[in-house]
Amino acid sequence: MATDLVPGVTPETPKTSPPPPDSARRRQRARTIASALRHRWLYVMLLPGVAYFLVFKYWPMYGLHIAFKEYLPFLGYSGSPWVGFQQFETLFSGPDFDRLMLNTLILALLTIVFVFPAPIVVALLLNELRTVFVKRSIQSLIYIPHFLSWAIVASLTYLLFSVDFGVLAGFIHSIVGGEQTDYVAQESWFRPIIVLQLLWKQTGWGTIIYLAALAGVDTQLYEAARVDGAGRWRQLWHITLPAIRPAIVVMAILTSGHLLDSGFEQIWLMTTSLNRSVSEVFDTYVYYIGITQGAYSYSTAVGLFKGVIGVLLIAGSNWLAKRLGQRGLY
Amino acid sequence: MAIDNVAGPAAQRRRARQHESVGSRVFDVLNVVILTALAAVTVLPMLYVLAGSFATEAEIDSRPFFLWPQHFATDAYDYIFTGGTFVRALLTTICVTAVGTVIQVGLTLTMAYPLSKRFLPGRTLAINLVVFTLVFSGGMIPTYLVVRDLGLLDSYWALILPLAINPFYLLIVKSFFQELPEALEEAARIDGCNELGVFWRIVLPLSKPVIATFSLFYAVAIWNDYMSPLLYIEDEHKWTLQVLVRQLTAPNADSENALNALEGAFFPQQGVKFAIIVLATLPILLVYPFLQKHFAKGVLIGSVKE
Repeated sequence: MATDLVPGVTPETPKTSPPPPDSARRRQRARTIASALRHRWLYVMLLPGVAYFLVFKYWPMYGLHIAFKEYLPFLGYSGSPWVGFQQFETLFSGPDFDRLMLNTLILALLTIVFVFPAPIVVALLLNELRTVFVKRSIQSLIYIPHFLSWAIVASLTYLLFSVDFGVLAGFIHSIVGGEQTDYVAQESWFRPIIVLQLLWKQTGWGTIIYLAALAGVDTQLYEAARVDGAGRWRQLWHITLPAIRPAIVVMAILTSGHLLDSGFEQIWLMTTSLNRSVSEVFDTYVYYIGITQGAYSYSTAVGLFKGVIGVLLIAGSNWLAKRLGQRGLY
Repeated sequence: MAIDNVAGPAAQRRRARQHESVGSRVFDVLNVVILTALAAVTVLPMLYVLAGSFATEAEIDSRPFFLWPQHFATDAYDYIFTGGTFVRALLTTICVTAVGTVIQVGLTLTMAYPLSKRFLPGRTLAINLVVFTLVFSGGMIPTYLVVRDLGLLDSYWALILPLAINPFYLLIVKSFFQELPEALEEAARIDGCNELGVFWRIVLPLSKPVIATFSLFYAVAIWNDYMSPLLYIEDEHKWTLQVLVRQLTAPNADSENALNALEGAFFPQQGVKFAIIVLATLPILLVYPFLQKHFAKGVLIGSVKE
């Protein structure tokens, strides 16, 4: 998702000064307290927001410890017995793990191969357009699906693939031949349809970040290259691509951090009783096991496993980007 | 950084056009064709659904694709609007979106302002508290348990409060506040304004574009949210529009039942699916021109500038 970018956070570097003598330190503390009192209204303003983060972000993090318990609602957090890593052992040795991992990784791989490069290609094509009006119009149109909900996109898909009248169902049938079936329900069509949906919904919007990078390229570079006899292909290779490389790296890091986050809403909405063997991923599994079956501790353990892998992936890809001489995220 | 600077290198090259090779010109033509096709593929499904919502059942069944109905019919809309379910879901969604947006924007602004003050003791701690949630979260089940323990299951508040502040938006707004000229606030303070006064009389009026942008951000997110009602709402009288869309169009959906069918009335089985999609999308498309203008900027403030 394009909004999932790292906002303008500048890490605060603490001023390192030699440790002040005792009296000076006391004076400093008095100053801090005086400053805090003077700005009490700022703290009052801060309070509701901090309360939100504590209640809806940090309380759930505290709740994560039930992954190491056998949580029973009537015993509560503290009354439920500790079980150590038993939930994780159940997950890793259970029959579901391999299938979940495989499904999640295949979707991630398909995303990297097909969905990730699409906005780069489209941005490069848009950048080569000569007429501003044409470019603006095309941009306006291809951004639209980003704002449609997954519920709408899923419904649209079901209509277009309807056995009775769906135009895409007819189209596929005319190519593949055989018996006309309900493609959306079938295992073999689940992944292609997920990729198609992602391409349709996110490609246009994804171009924004690359177009911004392209707009920042100094046009004199192109002039100079032309004078030196570089054609459009060579200009693309030597000027345009290097210009958007940092943006590509940042997007790659962000994408790899979310490798195990298959879009929950999208997949849940496209899951049918027939395609479960290929459609079930960690996120939908957590929902299914946790909410509909009530296995809170086990599903929390699955979620925690996924979350920890996610953190490792972000750190790893950031490290890799730096090793390759690119600016990382942090 | 302006993405509106769309001319780019291409416009510059226009001057050198006469010297260009045939291959280059062929590419230009092809490029326009490819991108136009892409735009068409993006928009055509939506236009089809719009046309289908005004078509008769027979036409939907017999014509695989059309952009204009042969026989104009409003059966689907008539049916949807006469049953109480749709109207209730629509009102629910509008109310939740309106109240939710006010709360979310309010919380985001009031928290972002103190965080933008470099001199405030404890600020770094609060920022780290926020940034950490970008990397790691409790996840679906622990959050669900918190909502349950707060007694918010089957309450509209469950659709608003767990998402009350988006940490990304918060940090972007914080950066925006940091760039505001300090002198203005200083002047107001000397005139006897306390910090609340400065925020209310000086900072907020200067922040109208940002407030507009993030109101749209939040409103679209709530309007489109499917996961929260799926997790927290069981009572079908509290369905939001997105849930209703799902109930009507899901495979093997019992659409007639989902809409609280009118006894004996003609039920446009397929038409209602088209119509409900149109109705749930319409508000988004109405604000789309504003969205496009502001969202692009928001994304860029958030990323490229850094």
